[in-house]
Amino acid sequence: MRGLLIRALLPLVAAASLAACGSKHEETPRKAPSAPVVITNAGQQIDAIRRGVPIDKEASPLPMARVENFDRVRPVNYEMQPPTIPHAIDNYQLTVNTNRCMLCHTRSNAKKFQAPPVSDAHYLTRDGKVLEEISSRRYFCVQCHVVQTDAEPLVANRFEGLNTTLAKEEKQ
Amino acid sequence: MIGGRLRTIWLRVWGWIKPFWTTVWRPSLHFSMGFLTLGGFIAGIIFWGGFNTAMEATNTEAFCTSCHEMNDNVFAELKTTIHYNNRSGVRAVCSDCHVPHNWTDKMGRKMQASKEVWGKIFGSIESREKFLDKRLELAKHEWARLKANDSLECRNCHQYDSMDLTRQSPRAGQIHQQYLGTGQKTCIDCHKGIAHHLPNMKGIPQG
Repeated sequence: MRGLLIRALLPLVAAASLAACGSKHEETPRKAPSAPVVITNAGQQIDAIRRGVPIDKEASPLPMARVENFDRVRPVNYEMQPPTIPHAIDNYQLTVNTNRCMLCHTRSNAKKFQAPPVSDAHYLTRDGKVLEEISSRRYFCVQCHVVQTDAEPLVANRFEGLNTTLAKEEKQ
Repeated sequence: MIGGRLRTIWLRVWGWIKPFWTTVWRPSLHFSMGFLTLGGFIAGIIFWGGFNTAMEATNTEAFCTSCHEMNDNVFAELKTTIHYNNRSGVRAVCSDCHVPHNWTDKMGRKMQASKEVWGKIFGSIESREKFLDKRLELAKHEWARLKANDSLECRNCHQYDSMDLTRQSPRAGQIHQQYLGTGQKTCIDCHKGIAHHLPNMKGIPQG
């Protein structure tokens, strides 16, 4: 009878002792993550990835920049600069099958949509042959022409655009 | 000779039909007039409701994307567009653009869609390559349909009278006023490929 009782209790005792062993190895609770660091010097910080936030701190991300969409031609800053796109181009299909940009900016349609036509150079092959449609080497518009966002520049600079320089020269 | 053969065929067919015909034609022996009238009425409701429910079931996105042809090609493409993912969370499912809302037109479209069941069975677009090869033809069908009904499925949600042109970007507002407002163009004339990738558009006017 007694032997039976011991035999019945044995697994319980074993389980209890195992549990006691387990508690010894339990990990100490981890430190709660510190509050996210708010980036305040977005415009001056040259480190674009961490923005000067220490590696052991979490940064609260800056709001995403928005694409400028005002449809007015921006001045060109230097000679031969590809003009920037003054409107949103979200989901415009620019693939091997179709080119949404050329719907309005092709020479034949530009007037109808009041869009600036692409320059004549875009219709030339590398051998100087004039084509009817845009040359394949100019096909991928966003390789040179890009949208602009309202993001603050990462570093201050004293670059003066072509127009500013010309205006100064005229004054002198 | 042929007349005689036709006659024997008809007699044999009539032999199959006759028992059913006499049963249907004879006045009811066991059921009252009221039971048959009311029963017919209730059965009619159940049938009609069931029919429309089944029809609606084939209008759901889950039904359309249950085929890999739709799920892997056109539905995957839709996910990146504004008709799936946007600031306000209002979105269109397949049938909003591809099935007319008006009942008779919807039935017509559903009958046309039996061709798609045929295509599914015989695997006419079962691989990505086959789909891309056929894409221009399929797209042309949809453009023709939307052109013919003056982009009705677009206009079910986008009504010109309710568009605030001042809240559109200047070029969009101006072009909508000039071409859509005057009825010169309809939505699909300029907005091809709004929800899916385009096939090779060489020679196809887009604006």
